[in-house]
Amino acid sequence: MSRIEVLKTYKIYIGGSFPRTESGRYYPLIVNKKTVANMCWSSVKDFRNAVVAARSAQGGWSHKTAYNRCQILYRIAEVLEGRKAQFVEELELQGITKSKAQQEVDLSIDRLIYYAGWCDKYTQLFSTVNPVSGSFFNFSVPEPTGVVSVFAPQQSGLLGFVTQIASIISGGNTCVILASEQLALCAVTFGEVLATSDVPGGVVNILTGNQTELVTQFAAHKDVNAILYCGKDSEMIAKIQDLAIENLKRVILREDSDYFDDKHESPYLIFDFQEIKTTWHPIEVIAGAGAGY
Amino acid sequence: MKKTHTIDFSSDWNLAPAPENTTHFKLKESYDLFINGKFVAPKSGKYFDTINPATEKVLAKVAEANEADIDSAVKAARKAYDTTWSKLSGKERGKYIYRIARIIQERAREFAVVETLNGGKAIRESRDVDIPLAAAHFFYYAGWADKLEYAFPNRKLKALGVAGQIIPWNFPLLMAAWKIAPALAAGNTVVIKSSETTPLTLYLLAEVIQEAGLPAGVVNIVSGAGLTGSHIVNHPDVNKIAFTGSTAVGKIIMKAIAGTSKKSTMELGGKAANIIFEDAALDQAVEGIVNGIFFNQGHVCCAGSRLYVQESVFDVVVQKLKDRMNSLNVGDPLDKNTDIGAINSKKQLETINKYIEIGKQEGAEMYQPTCDLPSKGFWCRPTLFTKVSQSNRISQEEIFGPVLAIQTFRTVDEVIEKANNTPYGLSAGVWTDKGSKIFNMTSQLRAGVVWANTFNKFDPASPFGGYKESGFGREGGLHGLEPYLKFE
Repeated sequence: MSRIEVLKTYKIYIGGSFPRTESGRYYPLIVNKKTVANMCWSSVKDFRNAVVAARSAQGGWSHKTAYNRCQILYRIAEVLEGRKAQFVEELELQGITKSKAQQEVDLSIDRLIYYAGWCDKYTQLFSTVNPVSGSFFNFSVPEPTGVVSVFAPQQSGLLGFVTQIASIISGGNTCVILASEQLALCAVTFGEVLATSDVPGGVVNILTGNQTELVTQFAAHKDVNAILYCGKDSEMIAKIQDLAIENLKRVILREDSDYFDDKHESPYLIFDFQEIKTTWHPIEVIAGAGAGY
Repeated sequence: MKKTHTIDFSSDWNLAPAPENTTHFKLKESYDLFINGKFVAPKSGKYFDTINPATEKVLAKVAEANEADIDSAVKAARKAYDTTWSKLSGKERGKYIYRIARIIQERAREFAVVETLNGGKAIRESRDVDIPLAAAHFFYYAGWADKLEYAFPNRKLKALGVAGQIIPWNFPLLMAAWKIAPALAAGNTVVIKSSETTPLTLYLLAEVIQEAGLPAGVVNIVSGAGLTGSHIVNHPDVNKIAFTGSTAVGKIIMKAIAGTSKKSTMELGGKAANIIFEDAALDQAVEGIVNGIFFNQGHVCCAGSRLYVQESVFDVVVQKLKDRMNSLNVGDPLDKNTDIGAINSKKQLETINKYIEIGKQEGAEMYQPTCDLPSKGFWCRPTLFTKVSQSNRISQEEIFGPVLAIQTFRTVDEVIEKANNTPYGLSAGVWTDKGSKIFNMTSQLRAGVVWANTFNKFDPASPFGGYKESGFGREGGLHGLEPYLKFE
């Protein structure tokens, strides 16, 4: 007698644990007219809980040393590498060919490594020491914007998802990300990778569900500092831009495009979620000391 | 027993009048819009009076732009962009911008006096801060025009096109420089609107732009109130909106452009915390507090309007502050000894007075020095409130006047919490002699500009702009170029 397979329950990922949606709702994930999984149909309340988790994690994550953040992102890549087969399988389950699936997982790992390397470098690229006309030491440095809500790309369930997360958390931000509605399997499983990669709970929070239902809260929530939308639905963009005004949330729009393209590897994508802080301090001038020590 | 010294400010500190000369230039009776390189009568047919807030006398009539006027200005800017400005090399663009800087320097005193006449600010400030900084801004960005690719390595960049710019009344020429200089350096053309109360130096700048020989339409200057501004914001052929002003108006503008492809930068309100630790050099700190809140009559978005004093030095700081406030000269802005000039407008004075009333009603304790005020014009004595609580409106809302709300604190954690507990995040100040404490504070404070052991310093090389609801985008420095470029 063949063994009965144990089916996986796909849950959401909030504050480092895997609850079901508080709403108790689900939606079927359908591939070729066949239901492959019942996904959590996340509610507004799930989102609010996730924001609380992301906010609580924000201070700790942004104050980790850059070197430590590098290593944690690298660790995510390591753990993903070890679970390659599972991700390939899930991508195939969602209708992607095996060879394409393998490429997507490989590049997802490499992209994490790419962004891991930036964690302790982008600050130097975007910082300046400013030659002001006066006896002051004046410098500008990037600081993380804070909590970011994200509508992940709909067309790229793993690579696009991982790319966006990497560009946000490498810069010290935390996020709440709504996975692609119909390519959601890898997103949830990626939560398991995060949970075992020394990423503090709450740094990345993953929901599954429907953009249209959640857009109001994603764009309007007052404790969210920035929103990233991947896609080109102009109605959705207008709505996000309008709702984000309430607390002057930064709105970052990225067109869904081929995530295999190198253009998704750039420190400028990290810079989108940074604020520039300029600090002034006087430099003592001792009259009569003369020039040149 | 400790001996206390009291200075008798009323007897020894009367200074002889030292008014700045106003005979070396002549204001026109009326100013037309500056569109396509020429001064043109407004299609609206309307002119409004612009006054001297220190005397309430009319200085000149200024054209008010309506929708048709804005349309001409935007068309002129588009044509200039398409036919000349975008075809010039960065080097040549830069040379035009350098010319503007040089001519402002040559005409600096005229600019300073007109700024003071029209805005009410002390001549000391317009002469030593506003005008030199405006010239420096043009000079700084002129040099960037042919070096843009060094600012953004590995990126293909391009100008946006036509920039619509709306500036406030607190630093008219300086804000124009902050907006126009980087826009031109990055290769854009400009339609800029002056504030409704302080248009005059913008029209002097128009003369400078003519004198500098800029191609027609590269910079277009218009005036009017909010309605005029809305025509710029809503014009379909404007690619970018740069706004400096209140958070409320910023949000209205954002609403108007949501769903369009217009880029924007917003430099909005603030409610800066200025934090004094017990180990600070207290006399310097008091100077910093005074400069933080009374500079430009407190009409400064980054003014240090919330003062946090460590409990152990509260009494001594407040006493020193009161003494110092007694030595401030309030009065004729043209007098070289004046520290605090006129409030910019009747409307603003009403706002400030409303908040002073609110402060009293909320139970805070007010202090003002007993200086004489001129009979005509709009005036407000430097004001401080003690016994203020964090939830009081005077410590939450931007007053935009010489009104300081003082609170105390005991620990570092407490003051960080209090300082950051505001939707604003434009600037902050911290005073202590301990280096490690400075770096802790400056990194914890959620604000775009942090002054340590100084306050209200500005420089074209230094990026300025807010966190949170104080806006986004930077003006000044390398970072100030980005808002005027698009990247592939």
